[in-house]
Amino acid sequence: MSYTAEMRESIKKVEATRPRRMEETHRRLTLEEQQDLLRRFHPDYLREGMRELRVGPNAGDRTPNEFADLLEARSRVDPRTFDLSRVDYDTDVLVIGGGGAGASAALLAQEQGVRVLLATKLRFGDANTMMAQGGIQAADRPEDSPAIHYLDVIGGGHFTNIPELVEALVMDAPEVIRWLESLGCMFDKLPDGTMVEAHGGGTSRKRMHSARDYTGAEIMRTLRDEVRSRPDIQVLEFAPAIELVLDDKGQAAGAILMNLETGDRLLVRAKTVVLATGGSGRLHYQGFPTTNHYGATGDGVVIAYRAGARLAFMDTMQYHPTGAAYPEQILGLLVTEKVRGLGAQVVNVDGEQFVYPLETRDVEAAAFIRECKERGKGVITPTGQPGVWLDSPMIEWLKGPGTVEKALPAMVRQFKRFGIDIAKEPMLVYPTLHYQNGGVLLQTDGSTTVPNLFAAGEISGGVHGRNRLMGNSLLEITVFGRRAGRAAALKAKEVKPGRLTLEHVLAWERQLAEAGLNPQIVSPLLLPEYTRHVR
Amino acid sequence: MTEELVPVFIMGKRYDVPSSLTIMKAMEYAGYQLVRGVGCRGGFCGACATVYRLQGDDTLYFGLACQTVVQPNMYLTQIPFFPAQRAEYDISTLQPRPERLFSLYPELLRCLGCGTCTKACPQELDVKGYMAAAMRGDIARVADLSFDCIMCGLCAARCPVGEAQYNIAILCRRLYGRYLAPRSQHLEDRLAEIRAGQFNQALEELKSLSLDELKARYKARQIEPE
Ligand SMILES: Cc1cc2nc3c(=O)[nH]c(=O)nc-3n(C[C@H](O)[C@H](O)[C@H](O)COP(=O)(O)OP(=O)(O)OC[C@H]3O[C@@H](n4cnc5c(N)ncnc54)[C@H](O)[C@@H]3O)c2cc1C
Ligand code: FES
Repeated sequence: MSYTAEMRESIKKVEATRPRRMEETHRRLTLEEQQDLLRRFHPDYLREGMRELRVGPNAGDRTPNEFADLLEARSRVDPRTFDLSRVDYDTDVLVIGGGGAGASAALLAQEQGVRVLLATKLRFGDANTMMAQGGIQAADRPEDSPAIHYLDVIGGGHFTNIPELVEALVMDAPEVIRWLESLGCMFDKLPDGTMVEAHGGGTSRKRMHSARDYTGAEIMRTLRDEVRSRPDIQVLEFAPAIELVLDDKGQAAGAILMNLETGDRLLVRAKTVVLATGGSGRLHYQGFPTTNHYGATGDGVVIAYRAGARLAFMDTMQYHPTGAAYPEQILGLLVTEKVRGLGAQVVNVDGEQFVYPLETRDVEAAAFIRECKERGKGVITPTGQPGVWLDSPMIEWLKGPGTVEKALPAMVRQFKRFGIDIAKEPMLVYPTLHYQNGGVLLQTDGSTTVPNLFAAGEISGGVHGRNRLMGNSLLEITVFGRRAGRAAALKAKEVKPGRLTLEHVLAWERQLAEAGLNPQIVSPLLLPEYTRHVR
Repeated sequence: MTEELVPVFIMGKRYDVPSSLTIMKAMEYAGYQLVRGVGCRGGFCGACATVYRLQGDDTLYFGLACQTVVQPNMYLTQIPFFPAQRAEYDISTLQPRPERLFSLYPELLRCLGCGTCTKACPQELDVKGYMAAAMRGDIARVADLSFDCIMCGLCAARCPVGEAQYNIAILCRRLYGRYLAPRSQHLEDRLAEIRAGQFNQALEELKSLSLDELKARYKARQIEPE
């Protein structure tokens, strides 16, 4: 594959300027310049990219058009004809979503001695959790403390986070690391048992725990294996939830699932429900590619909203500055921040720097977009995708030959498959949709504004405020997955279930009509549409 | 721009697809809506195990559909699920001893050491090597060698004696992580401090700060050097 002739021309310029650039450091932006850049180029600030919701508990709040369309769509279920008297599965706690948050919730719920059913869209573990490479934060070194962690989280979130949620996050963190270890997770350690911990963007102490390049995978496969070891937890794969079911007291009381292979509907009756369906990168806001897994389509947020749950921070998404822009096959996949951390500069088509490489993620991403969109200094690939160069060969000059291979094995493997040697040639990168900062509003026990409905993980909003720091998401899914699972089980023991109803779906239809909306699409989306049909 | 189209045979049926696509994108180009055989799309989840052959070549090749580019006259099929054996256990009551491994997976000792698993591994792991370590009861070695396993199941699908290599591997990694890895004293100390309520006051204070005070605290943070 490797690079095209035009791209090679640009690479020659990158090589020509490299010796000079070795001596240069691009100046950092002032706070004012950062704000200006964000306002003009960050996708969150693009007015055309967002609109106000017209119905539901968050009417008047802004969210990306693609999400708004799904939030204001029709149900996949006809509430008039769906037979609620035929129950396919009866359980105490229904967990929806088989990622890290869902698995944690299922385990803690089961430990309270209740029956648990976990339903997920694809295979158990086909989830964003599986893809996290970097690490998980926890303040467990003597030079660190939960209070310092708290400050980092809340500053990273631009002081908008909900304080009680942050407190829960940082105070539970060491316990969560111990819990994961007790289940068999292998964290990176020195021979004497000291955890190997690193900095991440926005941390003031080294507290990033890792499991080689596969931290999320190690956590996910361990949790999954533990769930499979417990006979009291039943797992249903390829069975996404398409609607919540309430009872006549307005409490969450189950869900309607769809057998993804046959299209048949399944009714689950439950005493409490935990939503853990993750993020929404596959909605490709403003046409951005994404780092997320195939099933990240925001389903849980949509069905929770229809059931009356309040959402928070729905107008902020995280774009990672360095997504792969070439080759097409890996478009949008994550190029780890570590590449810049090791000294690689970011340069334009002429081989010139235009931004300090380690600005915060949002500022860095906005600078890339400005370089390509406003200044026309991006490199254009054969598919029309713009990008800028991440000058990885510099690392070999700065840190010695062989460093790239040693420090970035996963990246080397990823690009080598397509004939690109990142130790010798730069990588073309462009911002990619990475993380849903907001979602279903939570209390510290994972409860939502709908009785008996709990939520945890990337689906939720409030913990990270307007911006999440790396390593706090794997932490969030375990901390709040555990809290939500435990609280849902305790609640399940005492609820007096009422009669099942889909009245909220009928009410939703009325609200849409009153707002003058007549949506033609149904939601949740379930899977992105990538299939090409000739006719 | 028109791209060169090449013929590929998906489960025996011919489709002409752009030569630059991965197998996964080629299937979507051909009109498949993928439900099975797709997960992360980034080489991490193992959902997209694929077997293929090239015309005129008797070798069987293995790969991840999301990471492998199509080739002309590729005959392919996905193996998104394989009914491999998984032992029942409770990690909290197991002992990290070779006998436990052998009693949970007695078929382990049937391994022929033929290396078919290694050839099938899309992560290029030394599967045969870790199986040999497992037969010696060297749990730590299995954990180390199998660490990058994405549990796609191709090893088990190809094994002539029906081993479930990847399930044996995860059991060893869990045993290692829980019982054999060195303990972290600093973690234990921190947990004790939290239980003793040592940070409660600091947290209460931070939560009570005004926005300006909080910002000032944030700005005044000392950053630990790299
Ligand atoms: C490439 C990448 C790298 C990352 N790196 C890091 C990192 O280094 N550190 C860090 O802290 N965070 C990182 N993150 C973020 C972090 O991995 C995720 O935010 C987190 O794992 C989300 O966990 P979750 O359980 O909430 O959701 P997921 O893990 O995505 O799980 C959600 C599950 O719900 C299922 N689901 C979806 N819809 C439905 C439905 N309708 N019905 C039933 N089930 C459904 C999905 O299929 C999936 O299995 C990274 C993310 C990505 C994508
Ligand atoms: S889809 Fe996850 S490894 Fe290919």
